Amino acid sequence: MDLVRSLVDAIRSALGTSAVMFALAGVGLNVMFGYTGLLNFGHVGSLLVGGYGVAITVNLGGPLWLGVLVGIAAAVVLGLIYGLPTLRLREDYLAIVTIAAAEILRLLTRSSALEPITRGVFGIQKFANAFYSLNPFPLGSYGIWRITWSANTLWAILVGWVVVGLSVLLVWALTRAPWGRVLKAIREDEDAARSLGKNVFGYKLQSLAIGGAIGSLAGIFFAVQTQSVNPDSFQPLFTFLAYAVVILGGPGRVLGPVVGSVLFWFLLSFTEAILRQATLAGFIPSWLLTAQEVAAVRWVLVGLGLILLMAFRPQGLFGSREETLIDAR
Amino acid sequence: MPADVLTALPRIPGIPKPDPILVADGVHRHFGGLVAVDIDHLEIQRGTITGLIGPNGAGKTTLFNLLTGFDTPDAGAWSFSGKNLAGMSAYRVARLGMVRTFQLTKALMRLSVIDNMKLGATGQTGERALGALTPWRWQQQEKEIEARAEALLERFTLGRMRDDLAGTLSGGQRKLLELARALMVEPTLIMLDEPTAGVAPALTESLLVHIKTLRDEGLSVVFIEHDMDVIMDISDWIVVMAEGKVIAEGRPADIAANPMVIDAYLGRWHGEAATPEVEQAIVEHPPGEGER
Repeated sequence: MDLVRSLVDAIRSALGTSAVMFALAGVGLNVMFGYTGLLNFGHVGSLLVGGYGVAITVNLGGPLWLGVLVGIAAAVVLGLIYGLPTLRLREDYLAIVTIAAAEILRLLTRSSALEPITRGVFGIQKFANAFYSLNPFPLGSYGIWRITWSANTLWAILVGWVVVGLSVLLVWALTRAPWGRVLKAIREDEDAARSLGKNVFGYKLQSLAIGGAIGSLAGIFFAVQTQSVNPDSFQPLFTFLAYAVVILGGPGRVLGPVVGSVLFWFLLSFTEAILRQATLAGFIPSWLLTAQEVAAVRWVLVGLGLILLMAFRPQGLFGSREETLIDAR
Repeated sequence: MPADVLTALPRIPGIPKPDPILVADGVHRHFGGLVAVDIDHLEIQRGTITGLIGPNGAGKTTLFNLLTGFDTPDAGAWSFSGKNLAGMSAYRVARLGMVRTFQLTKALMRLSVIDNMKLGATGQTGERALGALTPWRWQQQEKEIEARAEALLERFTLGRMRDDLAGTLSGGQRKLLELARALMVEPTLIMLDEPTAGVAPALTESLLVHIKTLRDEGLSVVFIEHDMDVIMDISDWIVVMAEGKVIAEGRPADIAANPMVIDAYLGRWHGEAATPEVEQAIVEHPPGEGER
């Protein structure tokens, strides 16, 4: 078996398009969950409106940049819709409402009633040619050593990581300021924040709007990179994987979701590549595991890994152990 | 001393004060069939320490919640420094200068002590999302806030813990921190819900000195307390609640001698010989059952 090949696959994946998408989704989720303590279980809804914002705008004849703005704006509106009816209630209501709202959004986009706009289950394709026409790299394969990408993928990844960098910068600037201090105070105890004159409701709305807007960038990136949107790309599972990424990196840490995403995709691809090769080479007997089952088993391993992480390093990679211990009191 | 004017007042529940900072009128709150608070009229004198006492379930904390905007009464009007507070949200009440603390201390555990303090400051430009992105507008302000916070921490003997997480403080230190943090809002009236509960005796002593000093500096203080020694020691005026109503008001000496207060705390049969008739009466009318 070829360990180097497994490693190459894993690194490609850790720096690739999925890692970019999850990093962006995680940075957005971190604002809501990590800093403000809001349990938004419908984060994938922000990605959906972001992706469809681009696809529909371009499909209707608008320019791509306008589509991006429409996507971001739609996610901000979605954040407000999530928040306005629920934020005055107990925090778990937000979780219930958001998970349902994201599913409603997905089912609406795939419904036949909205097919003239969303094209239903068929989705929308080929709307991001404007992005690839800006690609400075001529056709070919680029990379270092055996870690290579096609010109178009490299272009998308580069732009994607720049966007990740910018959104991290935004979150850093916001959270190091007194604004971020208020968010953390709300996460710790919103009544205490209220008793000190902070408009908790307003801050939560801002957190949902900003977190949602950054999340929409993940959807926009995904839509533009694949040149396609489809309702069933936006399953609730995505939100929970984004949580895994945030928790892995350490919630409430600026770079946590980015490192979490890179590591998550590295481990996921590495275990898959290793397992696949091991089954093919006969190191793992076929009564135990066949090559077809590897894809499913790696998710089992991800779950196991998260359980171990929670048990032995609940603060994530970047979090502070001291803080986590206080939380457990 | 502002408290002296109280000496001449008649000891009638709901008696008007010469210079009230807080006035409540007909404030009523019920939870289902249970009447939690039913105040006809209550005034709090400016610049004094007012103790609010009463047996468990008398509605003291509920009254705090209602007056500070953390809960909404079913009926009634109340005002602070002449401003009507009805329908005003808690954070705006706090910004007006009426700040409360909580029975179960709400230290922001995973924030440092100094961050807890700085959070109390109001009007920080950097607390607005757009303001946060223009650091040159808030960094100077932040320095001033930090200086004020450090001075308060020194005063409350928490200076050494400046950079510790609030969650690592002892229960008593958290109470001190909560009080100091409330002062960062620059209140004119501070409402303390059991400030000495769970605090070691030595620390209680210093807490009480702090509260008296605040009064002497012109702050008005209302506090809920169960420890009678504490109440009698620092109150200028005492308001007694039972079953949601104000049943007595007066100077500490009056309250200690008031038979209605003793009844409310101990039941109406206290001090009587436990004859079979009295025992029967206690069974039929257990302490706390509403008659008065």
